[in-house]
Amino acid sequence: MAGMAQRITTADVAHVARLARLAVTDEELERFTGQLAAVLDHAADIEALDLGGVPPTAHPLPLANVLREDVARPGLPREEALAAAPAVEDDRFRVPRILGEAP
Amino acid sequence: MTAVEIAGAVRSGEHSAVEVVEEHLERIARRDGGVHAFLHLTADAALERAAQVDEAVAAGIDPGPLAGVPVALKDNLCTRGVPTTCASRILEGWRPPYDATVVSRLAAAGAVALGKTNLDEFAMGSSTENSAFGPTRNPHDPTRVPGGSSGGSAAAVAAGFAPLALGSDTGGSIRQPAALCGVVGAKPTYGLVSRYGLIAFASSLDQIGPFAETVADAALLLDVIAGHDPADSTSLPSAPPSARAGLDRGVEGLRVGLVTELTTAEGLDPQVVARTREAADALEAAGAKVDEVSVPAAVYGLSAYYLIAPAEASSNLARYDGVRYGLRAPGADITEMYVRTRTEGFGAEVKRRIMLGTYALSAGYYDAYYGKAQKVRTRILEDFDAAYQRFDALLGPTAPGGAFALGAKTTDPLTMYLNDVCTIPSNLAGHPAVSVPYGVDAGGLPLGVQVLAPALGETVMFQVAATLEASR
Repeated sequence: MAGMAQRITTADVAHVARLARLAVTDEELERFTGQLAAVLDHAADIEALDLGGVPPTAHPLPLANVLREDVARPGLPREEALAAAPAVEDDRFRVPRILGEAP
Repeated sequence: MTAVEIAGAVRSGEHSAVEVVEEHLERIARRDGGVHAFLHLTADAALERAAQVDEAVAAGIDPGPLAGVPVALKDNLCTRGVPTTCASRILEGWRPPYDATVVSRLAAAGAVALGKTNLDEFAMGSSTENSAFGPTRNPHDPTRVPGGSSGGSAAAVAAGFAPLALGSDTGGSIRQPAALCGVVGAKPTYGLVSRYGLIAFASSLDQIGPFAETVADAALLLDVIAGHDPADSTSLPSAPPSARAGLDRGVEGLRVGLVTELTTAEGLDPQVVARTREAADALEAAGAKVDEVSVPAAVYGLSAYYLIAPAEASSNLARYDGVRYGLRAPGADITEMYVRTRTEGFGAEVKRRIMLGTYALSAGYYDAYYGKAQKVRTRILEDFDAAYQRFDALLGPTAPGGAFALGAKTTDPLTMYLNDVCTIPSNLAGHPAVSVPYGVDAGGLPLGVQVLAPALGETVMFQVAATLEASR
């Protein structure tokens, strides 16, 4: 049907898993694909709706650009911010290598 | 004793807060092994806090409207120095450096926090079986689920472990477990209660609310936690409506609409519909004018919700990356560390929602799924607005049925999602709704009826809820 999304495939799920930084086994991939397809099949009812001209609602409140007085307040002390980190070095979060080795 | 009675007795010096807390801790020690409502108890801190409340009373200082009242906290509310896990391995052992605003407000009102309650991981689920630390059992029948995601809080109140508890409700996570456990549970208007320190699931839907055994206790707790908080940019700046103000008003002359789409929703147990119709009759007998009303777009709520909530979750849960707090699984480079941390740290349901949300937001599908769902949300708001032109409050079932057996709905996620079919429309609209216990099913398990109200309609909502409670 025109405008209808294609049924989700294992390749789609593998792709979104990669985007979401999740590793899935082949067996999980099959299972998740079937389960996600079932949820998306249920959503076919809204896919079929004609909602031309209806504005989207991202948020139920008519609040926008909420500002407060620009007054400096103490933030989280550095030692508290670092206290729960898995690895810390020189008052900073320590992480594994980010860039690859030069070829 | 109800929370209202405890606070009254402690404030007058008739009862000691320490005795009250000891009594509740004893009940927990005796029975929580079989229920598993709590993930973490703060017994020593609770007794210390109770002693402070008693000292204040002795010194002639009023400790506040919740003086000495034990409260259980859903474990997605940040508590300074106290483990906060969201029932996830990824946050196991984490101790937040600050308190959620609701936690501070409870303390300022004289309440005593007993500990942190179990939930579906990151509040994603309707049975509390998605907890990484094992399920909670329904105090009415240990072979059955308490509902979810705030199942631990609902069970804690139902088992008498605490007269009050806090939960969070994104698609029904307070109201559905309240119904299944036979207690009162309310989702306030979006923005009425600060979300500061509530660990985010779907930010445009999440709202903190009360559990209690009685409607009056739920109103008391809601009035304590409601109100503007500059730390939450979605917190409403207006003065909060009073829930308690509605308690003694009755429903004479009120117009109450029985929502057709909620009484005919997919998968409803006829017994639930029967109890809802009895509730409508009871309101009519109490002087309300009850009529059927249609909220046509409500039938699309479930589909819209299961695109919008996962989409927001996929973004919110991107923060769990093993860098600043929580679990880190080692990796040769940072990408491998991210992947291993998230793969080991998240359970299956959380992964499903993250992938579903990522898909709904991805190029090529955004308009068909997320965009469409946002437009449905507009339609739901418009249809509710039209209904509230004619009615002061609306009525419907809370959950499709009574508490189900553990494991009964874990194979097929969609079957589990259908638990939220009657509760979701209020979240999408940002409106308040409360579940009140109303009768039982053939097996003697509690069922709930839901009162819905327009934004900031908490007063009228509690008027109707109190009348329903009195009519049982």
